[in-house]
Amino acid sequence: MKSLKNFLDKIKPNFEPEGKLHAFRSVFDGFETFLFTPNETSKSGVHIHDSRDSKRTMIIVVLALMPCLLFGMYNAGYQHFLASGAGEMPFWSLFGYGFFSILPAIAVTYIVGLGIEFIVAQWRGEEIQEGFLVTGILIPMVCPIETPLWMIAVATAFSVIFAKEVFGGTGFNIVNIALITRAVLFFGYPASMSGDKVFIGTRSVLGIGTDLPDTFTGATPLGQIATATGQTCITDINGDPVSLWNMFLGLIPGSFGETSTLCILIGAVILLAAGIANWRIIVSVFAGGAVMSLIAHASATSTYPASFLHVDEQLCLGGFAFAAVFMATDPVTAARTTVGKYIYGFLIGVIAIIIRTYNNGYPEGAMLAVLLMNVLAPLIDYCVVQVNINRRLKRIKA
Amino acid sequence: MSISLKIKKGLDLNIEGEIEDKHIGDEIIPDIVAVCPDDFPGIIPKPEVKEGDRVLAGQALLHDKRHETVKITSPAAGTVKAIVRGERRKIMRIEIEVDKTGHTDSVVLKSGSPDELIQRSGLWAMMRQRPYGTVPAPGISPRDIFITLFDSAPLAPDNDISLSGKERELAAGVEMLRQLTQGKVYAGRRAGSSVADIKGATMVDIAGPHPAGNAGTMIANIAPVNKGEVVWTLDADTLWRIGHLSLTGNVDFSTLVAVTGSEVIKPHYAKTLTGAPVNVLLKDNVKDDNRHHRIISGNVLTGTAVGADGFLRFPYTQVTVIPEGDDVDEFMGWASLSPSKMSVGRSFPGHFLKKKFNPDARLQGGRRAMIMSGEYDELIPMDIMAEYLIKAILSKDIDRMEALGIYEVVPEDFALAEYADTSKLELQKIVAEGLEYLRKETE
Repeated sequence: MKSLKNFLDKIKPNFEPEGKLHAFRSVFDGFETFLFTPNETSKSGVHIHDSRDSKRTMIIVVLALMPCLLFGMYNAGYQHFLASGAGEMPFWSLFGYGFFSILPAIAVTYIVGLGIEFIVAQWRGEEIQEGFLVTGILIPMVCPIETPLWMIAVATAFSVIFAKEVFGGTGFNIVNIALITRAVLFFGYPASMSGDKVFIGTRSVLGIGTDLPDTFTGATPLGQIATATGQTCITDINGDPVSLWNMFLGLIPGSFGETSTLCILIGAVILLAAGIANWRIIVSVFAGGAVMSLIAHASATSTYPASFLHVDEQLCLGGFAFAAVFMATDPVTAARTTVGKYIYGFLIGVIAIIIRTYNNGYPEGAMLAVLLMNVLAPLIDYCVVQVNINRRLKRIKA
Repeated sequence: MSISLKIKKGLDLNIEGEIEDKHIGDEIIPDIVAVCPDDFPGIIPKPEVKEGDRVLAGQALLHDKRHETVKITSPAAGTVKAIVRGERRKIMRIEIEVDKTGHTDSVVLKSGSPDELIQRSGLWAMMRQRPYGTVPAPGISPRDIFITLFDSAPLAPDNDISLSGKERELAAGVEMLRQLTQGKVYAGRRAGSSVADIKGATMVDIAGPHPAGNAGTMIANIAPVNKGEVVWTLDADTLWRIGHLSLTGNVDFSTLVAVTGSEVIKPHYAKTLTGAPVNVLLKDNVKDDNRHHRIISGNVLTGTAVGADGFLRFPYTQVTVIPEGDDVDEFMGWASLSPSKMSVGRSFPGHFLKKKFNPDARLQGGRRAMIMSGEYDELIPMDIMAEYLIKAILSKDIDRMEALGIYEVVPEDFALAEYADTSKLELQKIVAEGLEYLRKETE
């Protein structure tokens, strides 16, 4: 390690303002602080600091996403092999199919997003910020597997620049960057982001799998419901019914990383155990979703087929659980006050189910619910803070 | 009459360098003592002495330009050795060469009203007022007076030791302070402390982790400061000194100092004078381990880094030495699972260990915008929306600062939050600048 440090120290002058490579200062800086914790010591205030920092926080979120990502790889292969009617399903072929399908999307997201981050950091003369480490892995996970790479690149660039950097970077954005990327894709390229042609891989990847005919279709459970009339039975690609257990495990078509409620819950355990995500938000989202599902189910009508879904199905299907654990809990865009978190979470749950159930145009409402509440979070906080302010004013009068 | 408070929010930092042997050695009379005007916020110092002048203990060295009666006085009898000035002739400190034979020779202050006596003795400058955390402005009767009889900061001295045998002084001090306020005099002691009830004071028994001993914690949980109100705060040492003044007319600047920290060979108590040089207290007692040292007058949360040639700074009765850490190259520290890393975060194994840590002065990460929410609230036992107050200060929005309760706080109330902050924001500096801005704008 000593020699690596010496090497970095040796090449560092090149990246200083007078150096030959000063245009890459932010890149060097990013790598240096990644490899070695900066030994800058405190100049004012407290003399000792806690070991946790922004890098630690972000890396734990990435870690918590791993079960979902790995399962997503397996499931992508599983869905493809199921669709192609393959008799045998060797584990490594399934996994390899998913791995090589998603790898280009992850690479494109990171190259585009981090590239912009590095440029902005250089331009502003700031340190590179870690926020995109999480965003970059989230984006491919919330997109259908068949999303074209160029669309991901365009949407990522648009979101990072217009939803984050123009506001001042990580910590200043109003809405969740990964979700706004998905929203840009959803509204900009609806044909590639929804419907029944995008959620299952249709081509062979590096010789794994088979090319499916162009006419192939495979809808997600919520997609099936949205296009159904009246009560319907959710089926897999071959028309067999899907059990609740498989919905929970995630062996259903859907956006890449969000199908497995089990893996999402493992991620939630990691986040909560490490004290990174806020349990108030996660619990409130599920509570809100459950309450609204019960209401919808109690007044089920064939005009809105999704209202026939039971609570457990509502919470397992689509992006609901993923949004509750990984999207709603983004501290920057969530409500920041304690009371606010309960309200914010609960309303996300309620609105997600409302959109999913009562708007047949959108099979899933989790994304829109989180984005809507991201925008409303400051208002909720404003009210909570105002209570504190009023209490103080009342004290003066008393 | 007494009040019981149980503080739930907060944190006791478990760090190495605690005093085990509570034996107190012989009194150390230093050759030089120094007084630093910066330790008395709100005062514009005007010298009353020249280099070479002879002074007595308790004799004025400086006064406040705006309130000439408020003095900063010499801790010992001796000769003014130097008036050290910095940029733009700012007075950094006044050094007094201590008279070895008669260093306790003190001025005698007997005639005059209590506030005059306290102001002339230099003890007035050792009190603080809220709002602003400055030396109290004379002529204003405070709503209440809050005395902190214990220090809950990391490795802080145990005041039960320094206050034993001072019962008369404490009572006389409270008696004198009661003449300065229409309100109450609250005295906060640690629940279970050996400090006896003080006549005339409302005793407050406080249990819980740091910042249980901060004045701000006591005030916030008894009667927070509203706009337009003024309260005074003082520590145990200032109280007994006021009592001593009241009883004898003399000013006694002897003090018991805790020499602590992981880089101290044998942490101990030392009896000396306020303003003593730290090298006298640390003599032959700092580890020779080839590490850079950070010598702090005070505790690791709010103290002042003074260096080896520095002096004991007011209001601290503690010296802490920790490794500086600027020579450490930690490979991928953000990924570390080392049990020696200290954290309130549960992703570090050390969080679960009942062990003492040896932290250095590194920031342990880069400065970022405020990202995580609710971190500060866990550590500030006051009805304050800390994140919003900090944001209001940063945006220099006076109305909002007032609405969010800036008059209730001083920088030290944010020290623990600053320690734990993932984004490494300089909260104490931000609050200090906010208070200063507000004071200048509203005066």
